[in-house]
Amino acid sequence: MGLLSKKDAALITDPFADNNPITIQVLGICSALAITAELKASIVMAVSVLFVMGVGNVVISLMRNIIPSKIRIIAQLIVVATLVIIVDLVLKAVAYDLSKTLGAFIGLIITNCIIMGRFEAFALANGPWRSFLDGIGNAVGYGVILILVGFFRELLGSGTLLGFKVLGDPIEKTGLYALGYENNGFMLLAPMALIVVGIIIWIQRSRNEALIEEN
Amino acid sequence: MSKRTDSNLYTLLFATGMVIVVGSLLAFLASSLKPTIDENKRIEKQQNILYAMGVNENDESSAIFVSKDKVAGEFSKYITKQIVIQGGKTTEDENAYLIDVKKQQTAEKEGKERKLPLFIGEKDGKTFYIAPIRGKGLWDAVWAYVGMDENMVIQGAYFDHKGETAGLGANIKLRFFMDDFIGENLKNDGNFKGIAISKSNNDPKNIDKTDNEVDAIAGATITGDGVSAMIKSELRKYVPYFKTLKTN
Repeated sequence: MGLLSKKDAALITDPFADNNPITIQVLGICSALAITAELKASIVMAVSVLFVMGVGNVVISLMRNIIPSKIRIIAQLIVVATLVIIVDLVLKAVAYDLSKTLGAFIGLIITNCIIMGRFEAFALANGPWRSFLDGIGNAVGYGVILILVGFFRELLGSGTLLGFKVLGDPIEKTGLYALGYENNGFMLLAPMALIVVGIIIWIQRSRNEALIEEN
Repeated sequence: MSKRTDSNLYTLLFATGMVIVVGSLLAFLASSLKPTIDENKRIEKQQNILYAMGVNENDESSAIFVSKDKVAGEFSKYITKQIVIQGGKTTEDENAYLIDVKKQQTAEKEGKERKLPLFIGEKDGKTFYIAPIRGKGLWDAVWAYVGMDENMVIQGAYFDHKGETAGLGANIKLRFFMDDFIGENLKNDGNFKGIAISKSNNDPKNIDKTDNEVDAIAGATITGDGVSAMIKSELRKYVPYFKTLKTN
């Protein structure tokens, strides 16, 4: 037997494809639309959510037997908010430059519905180790889509990747721009992110028969 | 089946306990990290001011500040004088850079006399006048340090923001936007006019430095308008001081 049993391994791999939080469960769309105008922001958000989700799921799982069911949502919110504030404060003190880059995202993590969704659906009913795997799995599934959307939006919208001008200079007209290529400014706006997510969902569904719904 | 955790008393106790634990944890963390965070902010201010007078470690494309360990030395070397302008009077204050522009703006709204800090630097025989300004973007505050010469021609600018949209409004702190301001004249025919963030795109390479315009960022209209408004209303307040420079 390997490090993970088959059931545990599925916790990591399922959200990656067949049960992806964004493309199948359609959760966490708000941040997927808001911050994917550039690749760097997508990566930063993906890593931050990975951290909060992994730790948060473990904390909720450890507390699952003492949280009163009447106020469990509030208790979950407090756990996320506390984690996020701790990360924010520590970053400001230790890695100020990084915290400047993260800036607005830190607050956005709290509102990410995938986190609350996993707390509610998984961590409240499972042990810490399995909850940790579930958190990581979902965060990775979320991050992959975020990075994919960020990649296409930055490439087609600004002609750059991570700030590097990969397609040439649009003002000096070098590279692709010399051939008459133009950046698509619409890619930078939120509606285009929705369309990109839609295309990803379409491709995923058409390739996977298990996901095709009968009418 | 009713569980122990379902009772009202337990719920109340749990809620109270959780609030106390979380509250004191966060309060302890915030107060113990505050000195370090304040120090980081102070260093950042010095870095921003130096950046606006061209003291930085920029490479070809990105904006890089002088390093943290060098900043104190560079600041005292280049910034020769810090002044506070208040109601026509000018006083020297070696900690003028610590003045909170936001608080001064609030004081002004309440009808009090506002303190306007101005930092005067010397580099390669040239004098720079650096003003901190603050305004509103799309989501939250935007601010800038603008370095000018005695004729109010911009010599360098550093823009920053609290929460503008990544990839759009957030790009005001990138070189391609900030560098466009260098050489732009804030005045037109001797009168203060400001600099507008223009979408008309007549001059995308920004060759004309007297048009009082720089090229806008696509998709960041409101942030751009906020920056235009901030430059216009805030730097105008410094015009009387620059007039006194002429008569001396």
